[in-house]
Amino acid sequence: MAPFNNKRPDVPKLFSLAALLLLVTGMVWGVTGGLQYLMPGFLKPFLSFEKVRPLHVSSVVFWIILGAMGAVLTYLQQHTGKKIASTKLLKAQFFLFVITVLVILISYFAGIFGGREYWEFHPLLSLPIAIGWILFLINFLRSLGGLKNQPVYVWMWLTGIVFFLFTFLESYLWVLPYFRDHVVKDMTIQWKSYGSMVGSWNMLLYGSSIFLMDKINNHKKYSYSKIAFVLYFTGLFNLMFNWGHHIYTLPTHPHIKHISYAVSMTELFILGRIIYSWRATLTEARKNFYIISYRFLAAADLWIFLTLVLAIAMSVPAINVYTHGTHITVAHTMGATIGINSFILLAISFDLLNDTCQSFEPFKKLFSRGYWLANVSLLVFWLSLIGAGVLKARWQMSQQQEVFQDMMRQLRPFFALFLISGTTLLCGIVMIVYPLLRNQWVCYFKNNSKKTARNVYSNTPGERISAAVLFAINE
Amino acid sequence: MLADRQKVLVISLLIISFLLYSFSIYLNPPEKKEPVTLLSTKGKLVWQQYNCVACHQVYGLGGYLGPDLTNVYSHKGAAYIKVFLANGTATMPNFHLSDEDIAALTAYLQQIDASGSADPRSYTIQPDGTIQQ
Ligand code: HEC
Ligand code: HEM
Repeated sequence: MAPFNNKRPDVPKLFSLAALLLLVTGMVWGVTGGLQYLMPGFLKPFLSFEKVRPLHVSSVVFWIILGAMGAVLTYLQQHTGKKIASTKLLKAQFFLFVITVLVILISYFAGIFGGREYWEFHPLLSLPIAIGWILFLINFLRSLGGLKNQPVYVWMWLTGIVFFLFTFLESYLWVLPYFRDHVVKDMTIQWKSYGSMVGSWNMLLYGSSIFLMDKINNHKKYSYSKIAFVLYFTGLFNLMFNWGHHIYTLPTHPHIKHISYAVSMTELFILGRIIYSWRATLTEARKNFYIISYRFLAAADLWIFLTLVLAIAMSVPAINVYTHGTHITVAHTMGATIGINSFILLAISFDLLNDTCQSFEPFKKLFSRGYWLANVSLLVFWLSLIGAGVLKARWQMSQQQEVFQDMMRQLRPFFALFLISGTTLLCGIVMIVYPLLRNQWVCYFKNNSKKTARNVYSNTPGERISAAVLFAINE
Repeated sequence: MLADRQKVLVISLLIISFLLYSFSIYLNPPEKKEPVTLLSTKGKLVWQQYNCVACHQVYGLGGYLGPDLTNVYSHKGAAYIKVFLANGTATMPNFHLSDEDIAALTAYLQQIDASGSADPRSYTIQPDGTIQQ
């Protein structure tokens, strides 16, 4: 690609850029929440934990969702060799999402909540998200053409998109009194939808990472293979039926728990397959480690392994009794969303935002340090949450339970470690992301006066906003 | 390699079973004998309006800064709950709730409490790894 090209970044790229911004700001909210764990009452008068937690969780969840959409939209074009069917729909989708996410974050500051875990915003704000997602589905189908003889990642993208829509709508059944009046019914359906929703965005991300691996390897042997489809169907089977492991302790229908217990154990097959192909992965890793995207895929592989081991253990009800309701659950959730989802997305970001407007050479050291800092920090972060969780599990099971606050006080060393490693994790990620954003800035703004940059972005008001956002990060 | 026809067959089977499973749950949902009243249903909406779940868990699900509230009603009683709701604590904000909202929240916590126990000490673990409540 020519240096200093002054063409506009295409829309899928804007998804990735917006996503990266949400990642960094979302982690700042995470650190704020970590501070509140350590200093009870910190910022309580105006930014109490019930605001900080959704600011953090929604920001990072939208990092994953926007990032996944950017990845699928870009790779779909590379796969078909054609442009996305409708640029208009694409832009509408982008602005629906970006504006809604902004309104959601602002509403949290104002203390306006829908009060459901993960989707803590007002239920009305789910409408533009659902509409944006439907636009995504329409554009995807129109651009794809058909399902005939498609590689596994196309199947994964399509199932991911369809199931996200289904589960997102399902998670709003509570607005009907029939679904929300009874606690157990409400929570059963809530966690049914959440469990499958996570599976849906994983389909989008794993599909994209398979595409990227093919691209790095320069062949498509894997994505048409039988094993790829067997693993895909196993994943889909789990997406549909394993969600009950979130609610083993809820007095819901026993068969829901039995089904999910049995289905979750099929993940052992995926685990076995990972161990089986470990050696091959390692040699490949050595060969490809110089490729930045590849490094994140290698790190994600390790985290898939660690997360899967923890997940399978937690899917055994007899073990879940101990881990449920403790920070081991948080370790699992953040381990997966950072170590797997975020690392895959970073791999993809380096692939998507790779315009060579500026040499990467001066940033190599910074990047490498950031990469290792992030990985080591994440391990400490994860272990500190597991440590806190083990102590809380002991408290939950002890016959003479001391008061909640006294138990929390005993967990403080772990919370301190959590906060420190969380902060260094943030630093590591910033060191990784900075060269990327800086490169984008050079591509589109530097050596073009601001005026030119504005000219470049003068087509629509929305593009001017994105330009302003890019300026804001870099100045 | 799997043929397209085989793939479509597998995915159709999966989707049909998923839909059957989903609708069996919607139409025959797990309901416990909970005292659902007008006040407690209002209490649920107040609970969501103030985002109590960011700090508290119900059946172990929610944020982890504060305690699980599933059985606080039977363990500590209505009067105890009302003191917390009216004043807040070092960590929990005082939301300046109206008496009506406090009554509604208390009724909701009573409803949750009646639906079952979230105390892991009260479960028995079976040899096959399942638990009985
Ligand atoms: C910012 C976090 C936070 C929010 C939001 C919050 N709480 Fe709390 N709450 C706590 C903490 C922490 C405790 C434990 C007592 C302490 O602070 O020392 C607590 C204690 C309680 C208790 C007493 C529990 C016991 O077993 O002693 C009740 C009842 C309660 N909260 C209800 C609510 C309700 C209802 C809401 C929503 C209107 C709410 N809380 C919102 C943090 C919070
Ligand atoms: C890419 C980075 C991150 C992602 C994707 C992420 C994701 C998440 C998710 C999904 C949850 C909900 C957990 C659950 O309900 O079990 C969560 C909670 C939380 N995270 Fe993060 N996180 C990230 C980084 C951080 C960092 C750096 C910190 C700093 C200490 C942090 C602190 C917290 C806190 C305090 C909670 C709330 C725990 C609670 O419920 O009490 N996170 N995060």
